Amino acid sequence: MKDEYLFYLRQMIQIRLFEDKVFELLARDIVKGASHVYAGQEAVAVGACAAIGPNDYITSTHRGHGHCIARGGRLDLMLAELCGKSTGYCRGRGGSMHIADVKAGNLGATGIVCSNLPVATGAGLAIKMRKTDQVVLCFFGDGASNNGAFHESLNLAGLWKLPVVYICENNLYGMSVPFSKASAVPHVSDRASAYAMPGRLIDGMKVLEVRDAVAEAVAYSRKGNGPYLIEASTYRYRGHSRSDPRKYRTKEEEEYWKGRDPILLFSQYLESEKIATEDEIKSIWAEVEKEIAEAEDFAVNKSPYPDPSELYEDVYCGWIQGKFDLEEVK
Amino acid sequence: MAEKYYWEAIRDAIREEMIRDPSVFVMGEDVGVYGGAYGATRGLIEEFGEDRVRDTPISEAVIAGAAAGAAMCGMRPIAEIMYIDFSTIAMDQLVNIAAKNRYMFGGKTTVPMVLRTEGGAGRSIAAHHSQSLEAWFLHPPGLFVVMPATPYDAKGLLKTCIRDPNPVIFIEHKMLYNTKGEVPDGEYLIPLGKADIKRAGKDLTIVTYSRMVLNSLQAAKEAEKDGIDCEVIDLRCLRPLDILAVFESVKKTGRLLLVSEAYQNCNFVNEIGMRVMEHCFDYLDAPILRVCGADVPIPMSPTLEEEATPSPKRILAGIREAMK
Repeated sequence: MKDEYLFYLRQMIQIRLFEDKVFELLARDIVKGASHVYAGQEAVAVGACAAIGPNDYITSTHRGHGHCIARGGRLDLMLAELCGKSTGYCRGRGGSMHIADVKAGNLGATGIVCSNLPVATGAGLAIKMRKTDQVVLCFFGDGASNNGAFHESLNLAGLWKLPVVYICENNLYGMSVPFSKASAVPHVSDRASAYAMPGRLIDGMKVLEVRDAVAEAVAYSRKGNGPYLIEASTYRYRGHSRSDPRKYRTKEEEEYWKGRDPILLFSQYLESEKIATEDEIKSIWAEVEKEIAEAEDFAVNKSPYPDPSELYEDVYCGWIQGKFDLEEVK
Repeated sequence: MAEKYYWEAIRDAIREEMIRDPSVFVMGEDVGVYGGAYGATRGLIEEFGEDRVRDTPISEAVIAGAAAGAAMCGMRPIAEIMYIDFSTIAMDQLVNIAAKNRYMFGGKTTVPMVLRTEGGAGRSIAAHHSQSLEAWFLHPPGLFVVMPATPYDAKGLLKTCIRDPNPVIFIEHKMLYNTKGEVPDGEYLIPLGKADIKRAGKDLTIVTYSRMVLNSLQAAKEAEKDGIDCEVIDLRCLRPLDILAVFESVKKTGRLLLVSEAYQNCNFVNEIGMRVMEHCFDYLDAPILRVCGADVPIPMSPTLEEEATPSPKRILAGIREAMK
């Protein structure tokens, strides 16, 4: 148990420090492009991914670094991808919003809110048709729950009893608009009854609570009972993206949530239950810092940019549309 | 060789591939007991059962997106969107997910799905059931687009599409389902990206696809009376595009007429004209001309609908103009 718990703590710290590094490298213009960081929500991804096995799938969101790390993603390959380097997970084609590791069961992040709910539903359909006992964890935000594809996906999954656990990370704001001004009902989990699936509201700042709730949902879905909807209350510490001044929320609110920091809460728990000492926890922070520094060195100093000649590769499988528009079948 | 209807050829292609590969399955609106709005899945649910022939709710986004997700996880879905006009609702899943995942993920996934749909005017069913929207799928990279004109092509191409590792938009034409043509009894495949010369000629090249192949052949026959010998190239696939077949023909005839039922503005054939300009300019003896659908929402009334669609008569006028 101790190893497991320290692993959760380590993963949450990895996400936190990875996101700090991303923010720093963005400011220095080394990481390019978008910056939807996951800091504050660590317990959701880590707790949920702790509840599945190596053959299961996840789908992620535009705020997806945490899901990727929790699913066992390598920090060096992720940071290289964010820097647009050829050594990155997607050879520099995707960046922050499109990291995937399909072989490892991560069907990818996406730049369009709600667009992975149908994909997760289809993955669930593939599992059902192949009659394996896999499940899909489908992460999405409160913002996605108001998109039409949410309804289409949950209805189909409920109808066909697909093994998908839909995990809504309600961080209170769809960019700047509070959920209370975007939804007719106060909780996403309230909607589960419309789709003939269980719905459950949980504290997304407590990693063990998330793990246990998701484990129960996964067991339910694995047995062929159909999908499950979990809403995890959480908070993103930084703005929607780096350019966000956060005018729509108060300092008091931010302080309140930082008092419920998932890493802080779990560290306190580990110490009070005498599972780990303060020194052990400190040494995990130090180890992860070192890991991040190595990832940075790999991504920033040791990785080349893609060669421009690669531009047209892999748009299609087995066929390249040449740059003079003279197609050839390979 | 037997004569078969276009719808039968499509049904037979799906059936044969479902027998050959257990990962192939069908999903869409009314594809089960109803047999598809135009009958192209008739009999499949009786033969393969509800697990592999799935009636869906009227939920186009999840039909397309679930097909993409299932394809990424080892299945070979054939999803159906009843009318191409309804693909607007599925567009995000098609152009942002199915089309792009392979590239965005650094080539580390494939999305082997076929999305069958149908388009075109001719049944007086007006602006939401008559469009030719292929250009929308050709603008962003990532999707193959296949538009057969004959039962023979429909069967051979669909079988290839089902086996292809890329996402394919397979667009049938509502006025072709009840046309008949020769279809071999045994198995055959038609490679993607190979145009077919439906009529050889030396004076003028007509480049077209789908139902407009039939209208163009009719017009070409009329043009014989004027002593004009037209070559009619059926593209069959708009991506991969057999542009070399077009170049070869234009180099021979020196004249090009493009025919498409889709709206003229931003029509895909405009792109073909541009490429001929870039690569065959010195061979052209006359300006490239086109006969396309009118830039109006397709009207219901038969006289107006006819006027909005390239008829053999309008194509013949185009041929005469191109020969001036």
